Amino acid sequence: MNRKYELVYIVSPEGNEDQVTDLHAQIETIVQSLDGKIDKTENLGRRKLAYEIGPHKEGTYVIETIFGSGELLKELERRLKVNDLVIRYLAVRIDKEELVIGRARENRLATSRRRRTARGLPPDRQPGEGQHGENGENPPVKPAETEERS
Amino acid sequence: MSPGRKTSSRGRDRKKDGGQRRPMFRRRKLCKFCVDKIDDINYKDVKLLLPFVPERAKILPRRISGTCAKHQRKLRVAIMRARQLALIPYTVD
Repeated sequence: MNRKYELVYIVSPEGNEDQVTDLHAQIETIVQSLDGKIDKTENLGRRKLAYEIGPHKEGTYVIETIFGSGELLKELERRLKVNDLVIRYLAVRIDKEELVIGRARENRLATSRRRRTARGLPPDRQPGEGQHGENGENPPVKPAETEERS
Repeated sequence: MSPGRKTSSRGRDRKKDGGQRRPMFRRRKLCKFCVDKIDDINYKDVKLLLPFVPERAKILPRRISGTCAKHQRKLRVAIMRARQLALIPYTVD
């Protein structure tokens, strides 16, 4: 089962750049050994922590997007737990959420297009048109109602 | 309840209406996420989450923020995740 996960871990501020890249390499080997794939790596750099974690007041945030199985994540979490350099980590499955978000966007676009064509406008918003709300206002509905009544 | 009391209470109401001309008018609160069409409430987006965790860093209730149920659920999850990653404090004293 191939799933998409997002793994965020905070590296202790004592760890230098080399150690961060080293940690990334370690994770990559684990991911590859359990036939997963790293999609994206993002280093947010050093940030101040909102609260102190043990003796630390700041840390380096790294985000990895990983395709893989549950076993892979289990192994990764186990390793990260053991690693002293990692002060906090969080792994979240994101494929489902992304699907929901994508669907919501699609639905909104579809309704706006439908309503716009019903109003006799081009389906997509033209540049420099209106201030807000591609979800059309009432005008197209009103005349139809009055016609029915009369 | 006696009819006399009833009329007296009604009288009081009328007086109240006459005295305070404008009843407390509150604008209907709107869900920020519905209005701005924000689909993705992400735990990494601290700027988005911060207005919903005022001073004490408690999650702002729906009755105050006006967030709809669907988005409040997502917001809650995002805030809890952000807290785990020390992006948002659990508490401030």
